Amino acid sequence: MSKKSISWTLVTVLVILSFVLSGCTTPTPVATQAPAATDAPVAAADQVEVFSWWTGGGEAAGLEAMIAIFNARYPNIEFVNAAVAGGAGTNARAVLATRLQAGDAPDSWQGHAGQELIGTYVAAGQLEALNWLYEQEGWLEVMPQTLIPLISQNGNIYSVPVNIHRANVMWYNPAILSANNIAVPTTLDEWITAMDTLKAAGITPLAMGEQWTAMHLMETILLGSLGAEKYNGLWDGTTDWNSAEVKTALENFAKVLSYTNTDAASLSWQDAAQLVVNGQAAFNVMGDWAEGYFRELGKVPQTDYGWAPVPGTNGNFQFLSDSFVLPVNAPHRDAAVNWLIVCGSKEGQDAFNPVKGSIPARSDGDRSLYGTYLQSAMDDWATNTVVGSLAHGVVANDSWKSEIDTALGLFLASPDAGTFQTALVAACKASGPCK
Amino acid sequence: MSKNKDTVLSIALVTPSIVAVGIFIYGFIAWSVRVSLSNWKGLLPDYSWAGLKNYINLFSDPRFLVDVRNTVVFTVIFVLGCLAVGLALAIMLDQNLKGEAFFRSLFLFPMAISFIVTGVVWRWLMNPAAGDRMSGFNLLFSNLGLDFLVNSWHLTPRWGMAAIALAAIWQMSGYTMALYLGGLRAIPDEIREAARVDGASEFRIYTNIIFPLLRPVTLSAMIILGHISLKVFDLIIAIAGKQLPLDVPAIYMWQTTFDGYFFSRGAAIGILLLLSVAVLIIPYLYYTLRSEAEI
Repeated sequence: MSKKSISWTLVTVLVILSFVLSGCTTPTPVATQAPAATDAPVAAADQVEVFSWWTGGGEAAGLEAMIAIFNARYPNIEFVNAAVAGGAGTNARAVLATRLQAGDAPDSWQGHAGQELIGTYVAAGQLEALNWLYEQEGWLEVMPQTLIPLISQNGNIYSVPVNIHRANVMWYNPAILSANNIAVPTTLDEWITAMDTLKAAGITPLAMGEQWTAMHLMETILLGSLGAEKYNGLWDGTTDWNSAEVKTALENFAKVLSYTNTDAASLSWQDAAQLVVNGQAAFNVMGDWAEGYFRELGKVPQTDYGWAPVPGTNGNFQFLSDSFVLPVNAPHRDAAVNWLIVCGSKEGQDAFNPVKGSIPARSDGDRSLYGTYLQSAMDDWATNTVVGSLAHGVVANDSWKSEIDTALGLFLASPDAGTFQTALVAACKASGPCK
Repeated sequence: MSKNKDTVLSIALVTPSIVAVGIFIYGFIAWSVRVSLSNWKGLLPDYSWAGLKNYINLFSDPRFLVDVRNTVVFTVIFVLGCLAVGLALAIMLDQNLKGEAFFRSLFLFPMAISFIVTGVVWRWLMNPAAGDRMSGFNLLFSNLGLDFLVNSWHLTPRWGMAAIALAAIWQMSGYTMALYLGGLRAIPDEIREAARVDGASEFRIYTNIIFPLLRPVTLSAMIILGHISLKVFDLIIAIAGKQLPLDVPAIYMWQTTFDGYFFSRGAAIGILLLLSVAVLIIPYLYYTLRSEAEI
């Protein structure tokens, strides 16, 4: 072997080795935005590592406000903020799954309250039930009774909701409605008549965005067509997915879809919501985070945009919630429990929610901290029947939801309610409670 | 003695890379195959034997059939488009024109940027919005009075993949041009001269002499472009996001594994992708290794 080829081999080997080593020495470097001090778990006595996807905007500011309260109450516990960027946790959940499989669980992590947590982590035996904490802190008295079953499995509560968002909100442009002599619709039939009028006048009746916003619209139409009890039954197996009522609901959904903009698939939810406040569309169905976005755009409530429950869902509050959990074998269990106490406290929730633009899960929040829309949502939260959202992880586990999402995608490409229903029945059998 | 020392040394030097490749590539391929034959669904590993169930289900899964069709549409349009544009550019540059180096770099530059960047730019260019929200190409066409060209690009029913392929052709045709230009320069001028002396037209020189001599280049280009198109993922996500009409196996694999926790199904899609790439690559490797050995 010549000298030259030896040196080339050497270089090659060194390059490969450096790749391998750089791969080994940084286990799960996955974009944790944690301060450098977190790399050394040796001084682990008093710290709590909290995993979330709150890395920007009002969410991150709200988290900081809660951390400040935590630090004031527990000055001896170091708070480690292990947040992973990515909307609605799309990246964070993949990172968390990797960490859990490697046996490297954080002390507490964020998850959408309900089946998204239960179906994934409780099914894998990774969460502790928190009923004792709810009793100790008196949370059962201050949170709506209809909420508790939606965040429980077999009577065990598995997470502490920090905030509440409402999914079944219809945003409308007041100027367009009054120009066309349309009253705010309260039933599906009124809504469809109104949208016929608008369509004839050459106005886009309903703004919609990419595929997940179609699922969001679908869940509100299911609720509006079936009512709260039967809607809840879809998710616990007592309402038959194959029934004629579900067929009617899906046909209503198909009908409503026919009023949407043609370029929906290329718009984000912000693009779609913006069409309403800019006067380019009359209605938009989106969760109440849209209100924060409207105010960011400098729009005025009741003038530039109005709101009402999605027609047919009056008296129901379709919710979603970010919540925190207590893992089995949390590395710092006591500190994690202290974090959960802050999450569920009035002080913690009133610090987080005004900044984030959501309402507290407790019904005793300080109203003066919240704007016009949020105050109306707080009133409804305290009095309405609470039902869960599908698109945001409350009612169906992730596997079931992803099967419904696939069926919905096929339906959007070639609308046929019959095929859609068959696929939904199959999805419930494969991943839901249906037999 | 010295030869023995060399042998020992070279084995010692190569061993770490063989071990690393063995574990990180072949080991994980084997593990994926095992997962694809299991019932693993949810966070906890479940290696119970499922046989070929996951594979059989995929071929009756309407979404996977959409994926396969999309991949075929994308591959055909992308590969043929790149070859045609690349060859045309290469022939033009081969005419000894002034500023050749400038144009060569110009056509090659798109390859230097990633599919994500291409996707973000083309997402704006191919904006399908109508009316007063029109932008990008559609606005250009409309202002130029070419309204018949205004279309909904990647939202076109059934043929949206062709719009995605358009962006990919823009990016990779410069590379194809470089391959062809190399091939053209390797053809000795004497052959062309001889043909001209024999009275062949320039057109016949290309059809009867140059194109046949470029066949190996075309084969290499098809292999390289083909395996890129089978793995396309980032470009689609950047232009169109996750939507079923533009779904491909790689996106399905990602969504079903990390959004739905169907690990066994995700592994099965991954193995099918690997096999489809292997069908392209292995005969090519066999062919090149054999011809290198002959030399």
